[in-house]
Amino acid sequence: MSPDILLRVEDLAKRFVCHMQGGKEILGFEGVSFRLPAGAALALTGPSGAGKSSVLKCIYRSYLPGRGSIRYRTADGGDIDLARASETEVLRIRSREMGYVTQFLHALPRVPAVDVVAEPLTAAGTPPAEARMRAQALLERLGIDRALWDAYPATFSGGEKQRVNFARAVIRPPRLLLLDEPTASLDPRAMEVVVAVLSEMKARGTTMVAVFHEGSPLASLMDDGCALPAKEPQR
Amino acid sequence: MTPLLAVRGLTKRFGAGCGECLDRTGALRETNRCPRCGAILACREVSFDLYPGEVLGIVGESGSGKSTVVRLLHFDLEPTAGEYRLAVADAAAGGGGRNLFALSPFQRRRIRNEHMGIVYQNPRLGLRLKVSAGGNIAERLLMAGWRHVGRIRERASELLRQTEVPLARMDEPPRNFSGGMQQRVQIAKALSTRPAVLLLDEVTTGLDVSVQAKVLDLLRSLQRELGIATLVVSHDLGVIRLLTSRTIVMRHGEIIEQGLSDQILEDPQHPYTQLLVNSVL
Ligand SMILES: Nc1ncnc2c1ncn2[C@@H]1O[C@H](COP(=O)(O)OP(=O)(O)OP(=O)(O)O)[C@@H](O)[C@H]1O
Ligand SMILES: [Mg+2]
Ligand SMILES: [Zn+2]
Repeated sequence: MSPDILLRVEDLAKRFVCHMQGGKEILGFEGVSFRLPAGAALALTGPSGAGKSSVLKCIYRSYLPGRGSIRYRTADGGDIDLARASETEVLRIRSREMGYVTQFLHALPRVPAVDVVAEPLTAAGTPPAEARMRAQALLERLGIDRALWDAYPATFSGGEKQRVNFARAVIRPPRLLLLDEPTASLDPRAMEVVVAVLSEMKARGTTMVAVFHEGSPLASLMDDGCALPAKEPQR
Repeated sequence: MTPLLAVRGLTKRFGAGCGECLDRTGALRETNRCPRCGAILACREVSFDLYPGEVLGIVGESGSGKSTVVRLLHFDLEPTAGEYRLAVADAAAGGGGRNLFALSPFQRRRIRNEHMGIVYQNPRLGLRLKVSAGGNIAERLLMAGWRHVGRIRERASELLRQTEVPLARMDEPPRNFSGGMQQRVQIAKALSTRPAVLLLDEVTTGLDVSVQAKVLDLLRSLQRELGIATLVVSHDLGVIRLLTSRTIVMRHGEIIEQGLSDQILEDPQHPYTQLLVNSVL
């Protein structure tokens, strides 16, 4: 893999075998290939159900990729196939260099919003008081009401949850950021802030793969695209 | 990274066995009982690594062999076959990556006292319910070679504070405590010697939901603070999701699947794991 490429996905495919339905096979996606230079942003597009989220999950390895490879250039210059890497290697890369903003928030239960956001910092050794201050500043910037900082995100609105989720993923800017509709439930003002935060991160070198709907202001950050075709109806 | 703990081919048979036991039991045969001789293969050819600071889950239905694995690693049971290495215990074991199962009972007890902590589902197994909470912890420290009474008492109260047991109750026997508080005392005792490995066997099973939540929160915050390598055994996928980063799935004594915990939950491969995940309420 040439040294300026950070991520190279080649002929990636994912099939689900549903044993509870007699071994029925469901196609997630197939034949996905793209290469992404360090610091660039790529949009994954395609109709609903085309497999956009599944591609991101394969890169993060929440899904086990089937065919194909996901070559990633690590911070220390290594070249690793995330599709085949050991779990321990994936965990190390996740904690040090990869961020993922999911479509939905799976908040840790009974953890106040500010701590949900601060945790990646404390996990990396930032003193708790400083981590909390930075988390508060980010929540403030994202327009989360002060009164909510010490409340549990489980009870938040969709847009509030999404911003907490986003804050957690970017508070410690990763080298590679995966974004799955990070602005879907946001109002225009909040969306503007998210785009501003992302563009600052991009300027500082974060590479991104993003899924968003048509007309989203995230489009302005993208350098490239990968279109997933609609799938043939399955028997 | 080198594993802290490594297990290879761990097998435990209850009963004499007949030479065909391994062929006639396991996940594919859908039983852990040899139909020919009646022996139980509680766990068979189990191999895995535990890395420094990681929390590894073992999930499976009751009878799948999860607890047997924990008991074997804690030397509560004698294995039928298998190898067991613990990096931190290597010097005590005589060096050279010796198989701990080959050591004398005395050496094993020492390794257990110095390097391992365990919390059982049933507090009766982990605590002497009629001895005071502080006494339970002191006993454990004495076994690990602590001698200074003042320091032992100091450490016991520090641990009870960490595990949120009211200090005022330090001199009361756990028999008087609620289930959740008994588990906290067990956790305090298990942590007392700053073990390298923590074994948690269904620690929240049977507790009220709200009490479960508090014990899990405590374990999570201790995890963040202390970073002890931990094996979490549970049949509850919620516990696995909350505490672990990697998970092993067992069925009829065998490992049928392993992976990142979020992958096991979102993209389970084995039919049985899919059944487990789809059965969550
Ligand atoms: N864990 C799973 N088990 C079985 N099938 C799955 C699983 N996850 C996704 N699929 C299937 O894979 C296909 C791709 O789903 P995916 O969520 O990736 O689509 P998407 O492009 O993100 O759609 P949307 O735009 O609606 O979010 C769908 O047919 C979906 O039902
Ligand atoms: Mg999607
Ligand atoms: Zn037999």
